[in-house]
Amino acid sequence: MGEDTDATLTLNHHGFLPDHNYVTEADIISTVEFNHTGELLATGDKGGRVVIFQREPESKSEPFSQGEYNVYSTFQSHEPEFDYLKSLEIEEKINKIRWLPQQNAAHFLLSTNDKTIKLWKVSERDKRPEGYNLKDEEGRIKDVSTVTSLQVPVLKPMDLMVEVSPRRVFANAHTYHINSISVNSDYETYMSADDLRINLWHLDITDRSFNIVDIKPANMEDLTEVITAAEFHPLHCNLFVYSSSKGTLRLCDMREAALCDKHSKLFEEPEDPSARSFFSEIISSVSDVKFSHSGRYLLTRDYLTAKVWDLNMESKPLETYQVHDYLRSKLCSLYENDCIFDKFECAWNGSDSVIMTGAYNNFFRMFDRNTKRDVTLEASRESSKPRAVLKPRRVCAAGGKRRKDDISVDSLDFTKKILHTAWHPNENIIAIAATNNLYIFQDKLNSEMH
Amino acid sequence: MEVSAEAKRIMVVALGKLYSSRTQRGGLRLHRSLLLTLVMKSARDIYHAAQTTTESMEEEREEQQPSEVKMTTEASGTQELQGPASLPHLAADADAQGDAQNQDDACLGGPPHHTRKRRGKATAEPDFLPCKKAKLDLVSLTNSSVKRN
Repeated sequence: MGEDTDATLTLNHHGFLPDHNYVTEADIISTVEFNHTGELLATGDKGGRVVIFQREPESKSEPFSQGEYNVYSTFQSHEPEFDYLKSLEIEEKINKIRWLPQQNAAHFLLSTNDKTIKLWKVSERDKRPEGYNLKDEEGRIKDVSTVTSLQVPVLKPMDLMVEVSPRRVFANAHTYHINSISVNSDYETYMSADDLRINLWHLDITDRSFNIVDIKPANMEDLTEVITAAEFHPLHCNLFVYSSSKGTLRLCDMREAALCDKHSKLFEEPEDPSARSFFSEIISSVSDVKFSHSGRYLLTRDYLTAKVWDLNMESKPLETYQVHDYLRSKLCSLYENDCIFDKFECAWNGSDSVIMTGAYNNFFRMFDRNTKRDVTLEASRESSKPRAVLKPRRVCAAGGKRRKDDISVDSLDFTKKILHTAWHPNENIIAIAATNNLYIFQDKLNSEMH
Repeated sequence: MEVSAEAKRIMVVALGKLYSSRTQRGGLRLHRSLLLTLVMKSARDIYHAAQTTTESMEEEREEQQPSEVKMTTEASGTQELQGPASLPHLAADADAQGDAQNQDDACLGGPPHHTRKRRGKATAEPDFLPCKKAKLDLVSLTNSSVKRN
């Protein structure tokens, strides 16, 4: 980790479209998620499609070359809908995908748009029954008079086919736009959160959900904050956390009450009065919250920083990392071009020692919590060829001392934003969504987590 | 005054974004509308604080008309100055469907709506809304019919 990256990050690039300035909006990737083993990687896009990648098994002849990810399945998860009562179009954009832990040969994932969550079953078919008595090879019904003997159909191998089918549709439970879903560690329930409410579902029951958080005020004119993200604790099935637009985190215990409006813990950092500006409220809004794998820490992302919180300390974060502080003086322009509303996600590595988040100009940042070193890398075709080592990038603040290859703040491309990133649960493999392109980087030298 | 000018610009931009968000695909985004409202409120408060030294305030207690643009801000929950109650309230309610018709009327501002329009500073100032002052000046100069933008 660090400026002199001795790790080799190689590129396995999946571009859906040639990289030119005009991007079909439907192809913009809106979510990225590894499954629990890291064997599968799912992406959702604005057009409502889900693409699943599968890692090729390691080849025995080259034990040190790990498998690459190739397309495994593509399907249309959500379609645009129209709410006739409110005269509203419901976008088909996939906001989140979450995998269920694998319990049999099939894989299950939840995908959600603004209003509806769906459970999908992904299974393989590699055998086909042959030797029917009443049908011929092409499936046509045989003339019964030609059947002179009976045979038992046998299963013969066939080309691998991946079948995807919707198993459950969880609809009509959210008035506002769904921003998060999270599967519980009990593997039976999951929650979905919108701007003002969080609902608890059972995976098998679609016609009912329990409302566990409701922050809608009696009078909407009194509205001061909304829910921005929510997640279940990875180990304790009774605990979950949700973040707000005010920059606070609330840990709730479902054992305390049926309606968890009253938090068990409130994590809030007092505002620095000297840093107050017109945009203080906007930049303090938490865009993503993630529990560490250990369940001991929380990672949050607001517009300019990423913070690690200790569940045992509510008064302030344990660590604060500046993602792109050079933007602090540009907030007014970023407000005018809408970039200040961008919602960046964040991710832990498998051992909770490194955190990662995206930025602009197709840059993404990694912070090593132990060494305190950080690195800025770029996800772009120009700067990374397959098997090439990623070169650390630097942004120099306006007026700062400029080195060769540095980028100045004013030449950053704010249309190239990395909002969605994911880290393999066990290995040093990361997936970066850069608009309509997916980059998968593997650290071949240091494949094991430290 | 730089702060005053910046505050005004921020308010104008916020109003523009709030208006355009009503026609956005997927419906009103509550989070975004809330943030815009908060920005506008703090910009408005700072702008008014700057303006009190230069203009005399004409405060009327006017109820918000239902046919006006349906925007309300929350008065509590922030550390900002508590403005006079007659100042415009702005917020977005995802449940309430914006009346595009009323919104257009407010933007164009025909004479009947002007008389009911609040005289708060924020609504009088933004450049894209027809300026009362200019209209009055024109009337006094030319004695002709009201000029519409």
